[in-house]
Amino acid sequence: MAKSAKNTPAKKPAPKAPRRRPTKAQPAPSAEELLGFYREMLLIRRFEEKSGQLYGMGLIGGFCHLYIGQEAVVTGVHANAQPQDSVITSYRDHGHMLACGMDPNGVMAELTGRAGGLSKGKGGSMHMFSTEKNFYGGHGIVGAQVPLGTGLAFAHKYNEDNGVCYAYFGDGSVNQGQVYESFNMAQLWSLPVIYIIENNKYGMGTSIDRASSTTELYQRGSAHGIPGEQVDGMDVIAVRDATASALEHVRGGKGPYILEMLTYRYRGHSMSDPAKYRSKDEVSKVRSEQDPIDNLRQLIIKTKAADEAQLKEIDGEIKAIVTEAADFAKSSPEPDPAELYTDILVEA
Amino acid sequence: MPIQVLMPALSPTMTEGNLAKWSVAEGDTVAAGDVICEIETDKATMEVEAVDEGVLGKILVPAGTEAVAVNSVIALILEEGEDKGALDLVEIEAQTPKSEPAPIASDMPAEAEHAAPAPAAAPEILEPEYDGPMINQTVRESLRDAMAEEMRRDEKVFLMGEEVAQYQGAYKVSQGLLEEFGDKRIIDTPITEYGFTGLASGAAFAGLKPIVEFMTFNFSMQAIDHIVNSSAKTLYMSGGQMGSSIVFRGANGAASRVGAQHSQCFAAWYGQVPGLKVLSPWSGADAKGLLKAAIRDPNPVVFLENELMYGVSFDVPESDDFVIPIGKAKVERAGADVTITAFSRMVGFALEAAEKLAEEGISAEVINLRTIRPLDRATIINSVQKTNRIVSVEEGWPQSGIGSEISAVVMEQAFDYLDAPVTRVTGEDVPMPYAANLESLALPTPEKIAAAAKAVCYA
Repeated sequence: MAKSAKNTPAKKPAPKAPRRRPTKAQPAPSAEELLGFYREMLLIRRFEEKSGQLYGMGLIGGFCHLYIGQEAVVTGVHANAQPQDSVITSYRDHGHMLACGMDPNGVMAELTGRAGGLSKGKGGSMHMFSTEKNFYGGHGIVGAQVPLGTGLAFAHKYNEDNGVCYAYFGDGSVNQGQVYESFNMAQLWSLPVIYIIENNKYGMGTSIDRASSTTELYQRGSAHGIPGEQVDGMDVIAVRDATASALEHVRGGKGPYILEMLTYRYRGHSMSDPAKYRSKDEVSKVRSEQDPIDNLRQLIIKTKAADEAQLKEIDGEIKAIVTEAADFAKSSPEPDPAELYTDILVEA
Repeated sequence: MPIQVLMPALSPTMTEGNLAKWSVAEGDTVAAGDVICEIETDKATMEVEAVDEGVLGKILVPAGTEAVAVNSVIALILEEGEDKGALDLVEIEAQTPKSEPAPIASDMPAEAEHAAPAPAAAPEILEPEYDGPMINQTVRESLRDAMAEEMRRDEKVFLMGEEVAQYQGAYKVSQGLLEEFGDKRIIDTPITEYGFTGLASGAAFAGLKPIVEFMTFNFSMQAIDHIVNSSAKTLYMSGGQMGSSIVFRGANGAASRVGAQHSQCFAAWYGQVPGLKVLSPWSGADAKGLLKAAIRDPNPVVFLENELMYGVSFDVPESDDFVIPIGKAKVERAGADVTITAFSRMVGFALEAAEKLAEEGISAEVINLRTIRPLDRATIINSVQKTNRIVSVEEGWPQSGIGSEISAVVMEQAFDYLDAPVTRVTGEDVPMPYAANLESLALPTPEKIAAAAKAVCYA
């Protein structure tokens, strides 16, 4: 590494303006759809805020990765999902589970490690699953969900069920070798998978330009011939539309597609992260100018999809759901000690 | 009632911290997500966000206060419609650090809670009785027949790996399968073990039943994350919801003159992992009956073959229904003086050693383990109770090996029966050398096994 001996980092070219493939115009969202988005995004945010609070009280242990700021991504993608489709993601997974319709009580009780949790308290924040909702986790090894999701897509094709797998991963995992092994096989075998890169700009404490030789992540499939598109992941409508046009490609049997969602996480990587690697101004600027929920709220008012009073009513409903989830998660019993030795093997 | 804002913990180990600064003042309106204060410990400073909306009614812990206990009330927020008078109604109680979970309904006696589970009286697993026709064929053909029969039986079973289809298998194990089942079910992969093992693990989550062939198990090290973290652990992590029926198979252990990177036994590696079953056949009947059991099993199974056995012929039951139960060892030769346990190719060596020993008047009992996990402890212990001596044989390295485990089991369950120390014959504690003479020095031989058996018999 003679080149780095001088210890002067090579001057990087200024980031290019985001290049996007033109997304096919989709019909404007109905008032009902907008309110559905609002409800879902608000549920995720309030749920995550409550998780942070319970963590602070010592009721949630270990690692807890919050999705606050990124709500538009999973909400916009899921707006297009068909019942046979499958979803897989990393350990920042609470939002994805709520978007898949998994029970907030069960998710929150898993966070507190109680018997009423979706994994009976044996999985925790990073490991929850629902075969009923086709949600395949919740994976704690960075990048592992990419070949696993490619395998779910393989099963869709094998079973000829016209399903698509939505495999979510972050900018932190795009440099894992198994991601490219997956890209290669997915394109080689035309597997129905959408790779959704949630680029929140930091892999734990390392910014993307300190970790990636190229930061235009939607191009990461180009060596394998996989088309990609960069999307404003803070805009739920843009996410919805980009996913819809990607789905035409994927469900049409043309193989995988990459959607790079430009997004931002407001909180630290996990609860114990003081986030010293970025300035407060950077965070507050995104929050004040790009917040996906605030912006949607304004759109709803502007388009008269609902008025303030109706939105306030939704706020109250969501608050009640989250309060109930927290109460359930606090009062559900700890797992029976006998559970220690169950679920290791399926009895043949 | 006003909402109580509690001193949060930044990490599971934090018990107290300093309240560095208030970002809002009494009377300010706060919304969920607004930063209300900063707390610090010796390690970090963090902003605290409001979780509820309302008006900050009262600050109870002023900025600059040090050593504030986690979960103590630091402020009160008035909900919509509440006036300041409500603040007086709040009685600040010392918060318990954790809310009490509801009592657990358990049949378990309290003293049993932390004790290791008593070894359950395992139901007797019986060797299948078979008196039908036999066919003489190679281990390679037996493995192929096992896969073909199970693929005819269940459409969800498929085979993937490097060179399994058009090339007919790097060691010709999958000969003829592409022709019968087509390229949907016999799938040539790129050389990408981490990727295709992950892909197959995902397909198994979705209910398919993949057979993943590793050209040799040495390459499974590229993929061990998916075998252990994805396949073995998910059933547990999902509270029993999501199991996976998947077989990882291929050549394991030393071949011949292929050097250190291609000659390693992985029985001890995989045998340690809860959530996996680990099988290692010796004979043709083992190969066929155990592989069929592995494919039918609803759990992840690691199936360790041996390249040097592929061309060896045995008499094998000619039946689609011959399935060997997992978890059952086989006494290949009965004896009275010393027990020899072995698996895979070493079973043949142990039987040779037993022949030599017989010539010298020592009667050796040879146990073919067949299943590494769950280990058939009962068969081993029963034998030791009879012979009072045991020698364990494996190709793998000595430290933390299968022999180490057998030694521990015998100490725990048959200590009083032993007339000599448990003895191990293993591969030498070195990377496998290439030179022919060094390679044979590095591996167990029938002579080494016989010598170890004589030593424990003090003969």
